[in-house]
Amino acid sequence: MAMKVAVMVTCINDALYPGTGKAVVRVLSELGVDLDVPTAQTCCGQPMINSGYMDQAVPVVRAFASAFEGYDAIVTPSASCAGSVRHQHSLVARRSEDPKLAAAIQGLSPRVYELSEFLTDVLGVEDVGASFPHRVAYHRTCHATRMIHSDDRAARLLRAVRGIELVEPEGADQCCGFGGTFAVGNADVSIAMGTDKVRAVQATQAHVLVAADNSCLMHIGGMLSRERDGMRVMHLAEILAAREPVT
Amino acid sequence: MTHVSQQTPVFLGTPPFPKAARTALGNTQLRANLANATATIRAKRSRAVGELDQWPQLRAAGAAIKDDALLNLDRYLQQLEDSLTSRGVKVHWARDADAACQIVARVAKAHGAIDVVKVKSMATQEIGLNEALAEHGIAAWETDLAELIVQLGEDLPSHILVPAIHRNRTEIRDIFVAAMGAAGRAAPEGLTDDPAALAEAARLHLREKFLSAKVAVSGANFAVADSGTLVIVESEGNGRMCLTLPEVLISVVGIEKVVPTWRDLDVFFQTLPRSATGERMNPYTSTWSGVTPGDGPQEMHVILLDNGRSRALADEVGRQALRCIRCSACLNVCPVYERTGGHAYGSVYPGPIGAILNPLLAGPGTSKQVDSLPYASTLCGACFEACPVLIDIPSVLVDLRSQVVDANRGPSAMATSMRAVSWAMGGPRRWGFARALAAGGARVVSSLRLSRVLGLMPGLAGAWLRGRNLPSPRGSSVRSWWKRRSRGER
Repeated sequence: MAMKVAVMVTCINDALYPGTGKAVVRVLSELGVDLDVPTAQTCCGQPMINSGYMDQAVPVVRAFASAFEGYDAIVTPSASCAGSVRHQHSLVARRSEDPKLAAAIQGLSPRVYELSEFLTDVLGVEDVGASFPHRVAYHRTCHATRMIHSDDRAARLLRAVRGIELVEPEGADQCCGFGGTFAVGNADVSIAMGTDKVRAVQATQAHVLVAADNSCLMHIGGMLSRERDGMRVMHLAEILAAREPVT
Repeated sequence: MTHVSQQTPVFLGTPPFPKAARTALGNTQLRANLANATATIRAKRSRAVGELDQWPQLRAAGAAIKDDALLNLDRYLQQLEDSLTSRGVKVHWARDADAACQIVARVAKAHGAIDVVKVKSMATQEIGLNEALAEHGIAAWETDLAELIVQLGEDLPSHILVPAIHRNRTEIRDIFVAAMGAAGRAAPEGLTDDPAALAEAARLHLREKFLSAKVAVSGANFAVADSGTLVIVESEGNGRMCLTLPEVLISVVGIEKVVPTWRDLDVFFQTLPRSATGERMNPYTSTWSGVTPGDGPQEMHVILLDNGRSRALADEVGRQALRCIRCSACLNVCPVYERTGGHAYGSVYPGPIGAILNPLLAGPGTSKQVDSLPYASTLCGACFEACPVLIDIPSVLVDLRSQVVDANRGPSAMATSMRAVSWAMGGPRRWGFARALAAGGARVVSSLRLSRVLGLMPGLAGAWLRGRNLPSPRGSSVRSWWKRRSRGER
C-alpha cells in the first residue's frame, strides 16, 4: 500500500491514555499500513473552540496543519477530534484571516478519519484479528453517533472480535455528561448525567466499558473509579489490539 | 370579578446557569417529574416521526420556507401588513417589549376592560405582558390549562409547550384547591388528583372567563403574508374560545412568524404536531383572516414585535434560530434540560433553543446570566437531530460562546487556562513538556488517592475531582515509544 498514513494521537490520549495511541499503531501495523506518528502533533484545538476561545485555537490549528501536512490519510482514535477537524477547523482558519491556513485546512479535513471509519471504509476490514473473551458494554458517544456517524462501524468491528460478548446499555444515545469544559463549568449537571450513565452501564453487568473516545471514558471511568466499581474502561483500539486466548 | 394576585414571580434575577442548575438538581421531586414527562413525550415523538418516510424532506422544506421568509422579511412583513389592513385588521409595530405592552394596554383600556383572556402565547410571556397589564389595573387570565396551573401557583413556566411540566397531578390538585377561589370559580368540593376531575375543575373555572371577557389576547404560530391569515395551533380548544367569543382580539406576533404563502402551512402542519406532542395531526387549528361581520371578534389588532429579532437576524450563524416554530422537541431530548428543568435557564425560552435564542435576542455581554446560557450544553447534538426546521443548535452554541468570550475580555479561571493550554499546544516542544506534566500530575493524584481531598478545592481541577477520579496513565509516552519502535526497538 503506497498510502502514507499518519496517526493523530490526540492530546488526551497522549497525556493520559498513551496505551490507546500505541494500540492504534499496533492494529494498523498488523494490517500492513505504512504509518507514521508525527512527533510535531499536539491537539486539534477543540478544547479552545468549544469554549469560545477562537483566537487561542488559531496557533493550535496551525500546529495541526503543519504536523500533518503531506499525509494521504490521518487516522485518529477519537470521533470528537475527527469531527472538530471536519466541522470546526475551517471556522478557526477564517478567524485567523490567513488564506494559507484556510487552504491547508481545506486540503487536510477530508483526509482525517476516525479509526473505525478508516478500518471499515478505507481498508474494508471488519475482522482485525482481535480476540477478547469478556463481557463488554459499548458506549456509542454523541460525536460518533450524531456528528460523524461512525458508531455503527465501531460496533461492526467489535462484533467481529473473537470471544467478545457485546452488550449495549439502556439509553445508548444519551450523552454521558462529559461535554469538554462543560464537565468543570457545569460540574453538577455533568455529574448528574454521568451518574445516570454509570447506572445504565452497571446494569449491563459487563466487565469492560468500551467507546471510540477516551474523553467520555475519562468521565464515566472517573465516576466508576470513584465508586470503586471494578469495571474497566477501554478504548476501541485497545480491544482491537487485544489477542487474548479464547478458551 | 375577583382578582388574583398578578404579582407572579419573574425570571429577572435568575443566577447564571450553573448556580441555578445546582438548585434545580437538588429538587428530587422536580427531577422525577421531568424525567418521567420528557421520556413519555420523547417516545411519542419518536413514534410519530418514524411513521413518515419523507421526514428529512419535510425538515429541509420547513427550513427553506423559513429561510426565504427571514431573508426577505422586509418584503413579507409589508405584504402581511397590507393584507391584514385590507381585511379590517389594525396593524401596529412594536420595537420592544415595552412598546408592545403599551399598545395592548391602550386597546384594552379603550374598551374599558378590566380583564382580558389569553390564548397560550410565548411572545406575550417574553414581553411580560401580564405584569405590565397588572400595572394598568387589568387582569390577564391564562386559559391554557398548563398556563393556568402556572398562574394560579404563582409560578414560572418551565417548558415552552408544557409550561407546568415540573408539576405532578397531586401538586396541581393542591394549587387548584388553594388558588381557584380567589381567581374566580372555586375548585369543586373534594377535588381529587384524577386527571379527568382536574380537567373538569379547570373547565368550569375557565368557562366563566370565556363568557364574560370582552377582550382576548393571543400570539400566533404563523402569520401568512399573502392571505393575511393568523394561525394558532393548540390542543385544548380553550384558545378557540378566546379567538371567537370576545369582541376584541389583540394578537402579539413576533416578526419571524411570517410565512410567505398559505401553502407553506402544509409542511408545518405535518412537522409541528409530530415534533411537539407526538401527534399526527394537531387537534385545534384556528385560522382567521381579518374581521368577518357578525361572526367572531369585530375589532382585531395585530402587534408585530421585534424585541431583539432584528438583532438575531443580523447574526450570520445565529439567525437560523429564528426558524424556530416553538415545538419543544429540543427540550424533550436534551439531557441537560431533563435534569435541570426550565427555570434554571432564567427565561420563558428554556432548553437548547433558549440557550441560543436568549443571547441572540439580548446580545452576548448583556449579563452573566445570558452569557452562561451558551455553555449550558454538552454539545451532544440531540437537539439538532430532533429539530424539525434543522436549526444546528450546537454550531450556534459554539459560535455564541466565541461571542461571549469576545464580549468579556476580563480575566477568569477559564480564560487563563485556555491561554496557557493554547500556548502549550502551539508547538511540539512546549506540548511535550506540558504533556509530561499532565501525565505526572494525574499519576500522583491517582496513586496518592488525592482525588477526594482535591475535589473539595475551588477551581477547575476541584470541579473535576468533585465526582470523578483521574485516570492513572500507564507506560511511556506515545512519542518516545514510537521513536524506539521505529528504530527497531520494542
